[in-house]
Amino acid sequence: MKQSMLTWAVSAAAAVMAGFAAPVLAQDSKVADEIAKYREALNDGNPADLLEVKGEGLWSQKRGPKNASLEQCDLGQGPGKLEGAYAALPKYFKDTNKVMDVESRLVHCMVTLQGFTQAEVTKQWFSKPGAESDIEALVTFIGAKSNGMKINVPAMHPEEAKMAKMGEYIFYRRSGPQDFSCSICHGQEGKRIRLQELGNLTTKEGAGFAMKTWPSYRVSQGAVWTMQRRLIDCMRQARWPEPNYLADSIIALETFLQKTATGTVMETPGIKR
Amino acid sequence: MKLKIALFSALTAAALPAFAQKAPEAPGGKHAAEAEQMFRSSFRADNPKYWMTRLEQDETMKTCQQYRDNPPRKLGEKLEKLNKATIRYPVDGKLMGDWKEGEKLAAVGTGGHIGFIQPDPPGRVRGGNCYACHELAKKEVAYGTIGPSLHHFGKIRGNSDEIIKYAYDKIYNSNAFSACTNMPRFGLHSWLSPEQITHIVAFLMDPESPVNKD
Repeated sequence: MKQSMLTWAVSAAAAVMAGFAAPVLAQDSKVADEIAKYREALNDGNPADLLEVKGEGLWSQKRGPKNASLEQCDLGQGPGKLEGAYAALPKYFKDTNKVMDVESRLVHCMVTLQGFTQAEVTKQWFSKPGAESDIEALVTFIGAKSNGMKINVPAMHPEEAKMAKMGEYIFYRRSGPQDFSCSICHGQEGKRIRLQELGNLTTKEGAGFAMKTWPSYRVSQGAVWTMQRRLIDCMRQARWPEPNYLADSIIALETFLQKTATGTVMETPGIKR
Repeated sequence: MKLKIALFSALTAAALPAFAQKAPEAPGGKHAAEAEQMFRSSFRADNPKYWMTRLEQDETMKTCQQYRDNPPRKLGEKLEKLNKATIRYPVDGKLMGDWKEGEKLAAVGTGGHIGFIQPDPPGRVRGGNCYACHELAKKEVAYGTIGPSLHHFGKIRGNSDEIIKYAYDKIYNSNAFSACTNMPRFGLHSWLSPEQITHIVAFLMDPESPVNKD
């Protein structure tokens, strides 16, 4: 059942793509329209929906050395409260004295509640062909519980405000053999790299458009990507070394972006190129 | 008289905001030093050393970051001078190469990716990836818009020695002309060799190149 739905989604995607490549891509607006139509068509069968169901199962299943579920996990809204939790992360947590994002907090819960080691839990932090990732499934499920809610990271706590500023620092930091920074591609309005439109992540509108659809199923990758995966891959594209999974610098960037996007309504799980 | 006063006050009023306007705070504000440390400690300890050198910042990168790529003119001029001095030329002194080679290089966007997840295989061709940001030949519709259109680059400007040298210098070190531009410094970082740069120059300048012909 799962497999057939996936196959259907992929072949539908291929069909739409073929139809979209045929007409000459003369006008930019026409291209954008076609991409929008393509996304719309895919929305009926987002493979991420399957992962969301899997994540729901993993959330309530008793697992790990402590044979416990994650139902008492506090993602910032109180133990077990999932509604709007994703939209309000990253956030400062008193018990760890750290600003944590959804992924670092989830891992914290799997370690403290279920008794896994951090290494066990993060070994498969992203999926590979034939090897699914529990974290991807759980984050997709948690994210969906914020669907339709506003991103809400005002970063009022001093630690959160500091984290947002440190994210801003990294956003503008230029280095590497191509002189890149995040801002080079994502600091201006209405630009494109090849045919891919680039959001201006320094504005509420641009950051909101980018942040509201994560986690997202990426057609080109055949997998759901979390925000950690997205940002770590941005670093790779910039030709820098890749930061560690759950590194503070990634959480800082997320805090900066979520703060800028605050007020935007979540539409997750998303579907992207 | 009255008109003069009115004019004077209008002028000062217009000039005032320029004086009052402070340069935007450097990214990170008072947390910049700590942010740098945090960023540097975010990588695996077993990263090869030559990967980690990619995090180093020269004076240009540091200054551009500090001013959000919009440095005061005086500092900008200083950086431009500094970058101009780095430009090196092919041994034979010929700045126009083979436009067909240049056309290939302009389209290649691979190469130079490192890391443990999805690095480029060894020997992967490294191109200029010009189309990521610029329109060039009319037939290639998948072009980006971060940089200006370079369609008819040579046709519009003519192929005098000055223009040829300008094109070479700009690709070698873009910051020699406009400090903190988005464009990479392809020659400075040895991303492209001087010879490869001459091919891209030819792609831009040669009357037979599709950049100018169509």
